[in-house]
Amino acid sequence: MTGKTLYDKIWDLHQVHGDDDASALLYIDRHLVHEVTSPQAFEGLEIAQRPLWRKRSILAVPDHNVPTTGLEQGITDPVARLQVDTLNVNCDKYELTEFKMGDIRQGIVHVIGPEQGATLPGMTVVCGDSHTSTHGAFAALAFGIGTSEVEHVMATQCLIQKKSKNMRVTVTGAVAEGITAKDIVLHIIGEIGTAGGTGCTIEFAGEAITDLSMEGRMTVCNMTIEAGARAGLIACDQTTLAYIEGRPFAPSGETWDQAVEAWSDLHSDEDAIFDREVVIDAADIAPQVTWGTSPEMVCAVSDRIPDPAREPDPIRAGGMRAALDYMGLEANATFDEVRVDKIFIGSCTNSRIEDLRAAAIVLKGRKLADNVKLAMVVPGSGLIKQQAEEEGLDRVFLTAGFEWREPGCSMCLGMNADRLEPGERCASTSNRNFEGRQGQGGRTHLVSPAMAAAAAVKGYFVDVRRLTRGEA
Amino acid sequence: MNRFEKFTGIVAAIDRPNIDTDAIIPKQYLKSIKRSGFGVNLFDDWRYLDPGEPGQDHSQRRINPQFVLNREPYRHAQILLARENFACGSSREHAVWALMDFGIRVVIAPSFADIFYNNSFKNGLLPITLGGVRVDQLFAELDGRRDYQLNVDLERQVVTNTDGIEMAFEIDEFRKYCLLNGLDDIGLTMQKSDLITSFELQYYQKLPWLK
Ligand code: SF4
Repeated sequence: MTGKTLYDKIWDLHQVHGDDDASALLYIDRHLVHEVTSPQAFEGLEIAQRPLWRKRSILAVPDHNVPTTGLEQGITDPVARLQVDTLNVNCDKYELTEFKMGDIRQGIVHVIGPEQGATLPGMTVVCGDSHTSTHGAFAALAFGIGTSEVEHVMATQCLIQKKSKNMRVTVTGAVAEGITAKDIVLHIIGEIGTAGGTGCTIEFAGEAITDLSMEGRMTVCNMTIEAGARAGLIACDQTTLAYIEGRPFAPSGETWDQAVEAWSDLHSDEDAIFDREVVIDAADIAPQVTWGTSPEMVCAVSDRIPDPAREPDPIRAGGMRAALDYMGLEANATFDEVRVDKIFIGSCTNSRIEDLRAAAIVLKGRKLADNVKLAMVVPGSGLIKQQAEEEGLDRVFLTAGFEWREPGCSMCLGMNADRLEPGERCASTSNRNFEGRQGQGGRTHLVSPAMAAAAAVKGYFVDVRRLTRGEA
Repeated sequence: MNRFEKFTGIVAAIDRPNIDTDAIIPKQYLKSIKRSGFGVNLFDDWRYLDPGEPGQDHSQRRINPQFVLNREPYRHAQILLARENFACGSSREHAVWALMDFGIRVVIAPSFADIFYNNSFKNGLLPITLGGVRVDQLFAELDGRRDYQLNVDLERQVVTNTDGIEMAFEIDEFRKYCLLNGLDDIGLTMQKSDLITSFELQYYQKLPWLK
C-alpha cells in the first residue's frame, strides 16, 4: 500500500460515514463565525427549530463591518450595525464564545483563531469565509463554506463533502534575502493561475516554505484560495508546536504531550502520491506586484507591465486589455511610473505582528511621499495592536505619516467606511485585486507589507531591497 | 427547496473568464441579514452607471443599457453562459441568492469555483460544467440571436438547443438526487445523527485534547 498524503490522513480521521468519496460525511472540529455569513444560518436553525450540535466548537467575532476609527461612537452605519448586533444577539442566545467589539481579543476571524490556539494541527476548521484556507498553515484541513453549510455544521457538526484531489507545490531552495511569504505565494499564483488549484487541496512543501515562520505560512495558505484551491496545507513541525504552546485554547500539561505525539504524524508519507506536483525554484522569486484585476496578473516589480499584443491566446489577451484599461496602466510601462494614492497594510493575509515589523523597518526614519493621500495600518487583532504598541511600531507608522487604526477587515473589502474612490490606486497587502474590491472603480496592487511601505515612501512601486540598501 | 424540473429558458451570455463573486454581488449588499431581495443588485457595478447602496430605490438609478441583463429578452433569462472559473473569490452565498432572485436557474461554464459550486446546490441552482469547446460553440450559436433558448433536463443530464442537438453533462449522483427531489441536506444528515454520536464517542477518546 502506498503512503498517505497529509490531506488523506486528516480526511480519514474525520470521515463519519460514506463508502465513496463523492458524498462523505466529514466531522468538523472548529467552526469560526463572523457577522456577514451567519445571520441567515441562525435564522434557518430558528425556523426549523434545530438546536446547535456542539456549541463549544464555535468561536465568533465581528470583523468585516467594524469601523477602524471612532469606536466610541459605535457603528454609525445602521445596516452594518444591525448585522453586528444580530451576531451579538445570536451568540448570547445560544451561549457561544464571541469576542465582541471592544474586547482586546477581537480582530479578523482568521487572525484570532490561530492567535488564541483555537486552530490546532489535525483539525477540520470551517468558516463562512473563503480565506479559511489560512488555518491550513497548522496542518489543519481548513476551508471556506457558504451560509447553508454554516447552518449545516451548526446543526450536525458535519458537512457533506466530496474529497478533493491532492496537489503539492514544492518551493525548493531558500529565497533571496528580503523575499517574503507574500512574494512566494504571489509568484506561485502567477505560475499556476487562479484556477490552477481548482478541485485540489494544495500542500506546500520545500525549504522555502518550512523556513517560514507561522505568520509567513499563514500568508501562503491564506492565498491558496486565490489559486482556486479550497484548502492549503503545511505539515506540522517544531515551528508549529512552538507557536501553539501556551495559547489560551491550546491543550496543556499531559494532554499537550499526548497531542504532540499524535501530531507528529501530520505530514505526507514519503511514498505518498499526489495527483499533481508543481516544483518552483525559490531563487526565481523576486518582490511581486500585481498589475491586473486577478491575483494571477502578477509579475516582479523589476519587470515591465505585460503587453497583451504578445499574448497568443485571444481570450487571455482580451482579459489583459480589459484589466489594463480598468487599472489605468500602459503595457510595457515600468513600475516606477505607477504612482499610488493610498496604502493599506492589513487584512487576514498580512496584518500580523511580523508583517507590521517588516513594514516598520522600511518606514523607520522615512516619510510618506507627497502624492500619497492616505496610508493606514490596520492590525489583525486587538492583541496584535497592543503588542505593536509595546514594541513602539505605532510611533514609527505615525511619524512616517500613516494612520494607526483599530482591528478589522477594513479596506481589504471596503464594507466599512475605509475604501478607495473611483480611479484611486492603492498598494495593498490584502489578497484580492478584483474590480471594485476595495471600492467601486478603485485600483488595487497586491504587494507584501515591506513593498507597501516602500511604495508609501517613494510614491510609486520600487524593489524594497533597493530602498533598504540605499540605492533608491 | 423546490424540485428541479426540466425547462426551456432564455440564455444570457457574459463573455469573460474569472467572473468573481464581488462582481456578482458587491460587498455593500452583504450587510443584509436576509436571503432574499438581492436580484436587483446582481452584477450591480455592471448593470448600473451610478454607485449603489443597500436600501436605496434601485428603480431610480441610471441603468447601463449595454449590459446584457438590462436588455430584452435577457431580462427574463433563466440560463447564464460564462467562461472558466465562474464565481471565483469569496464564499458569499449571496452570489447564488442574487442569481436566483433575478431568475437564473442554471449557469453553464467550463469550470466553477468550488465554494460557489457547492453553494448552488444548496439553493436549487444548477451549475453545468461543459467542455471549453462546447462552451465556445454555445457562445457562437448565441451570437446575434436574441431568442436563443436551451432546454435543460437534469434527469437525463442533457442540455438541448433549438435544433435538437443534445449536449450531455456530468453531475454527481447525490447532488442530482437532492436537486430533483428538492431535498434539504440538513434533514438528510440529521437522519444519521446516531452515526455522528457514536463517531464522537470514539473520536474524543482518541483525541481527548479536542473535547
Ligand atoms: S481581511 Fe479581507 S479577506 Fe480576510 S476575512 Fe476580512 S474581508 Fe475577508
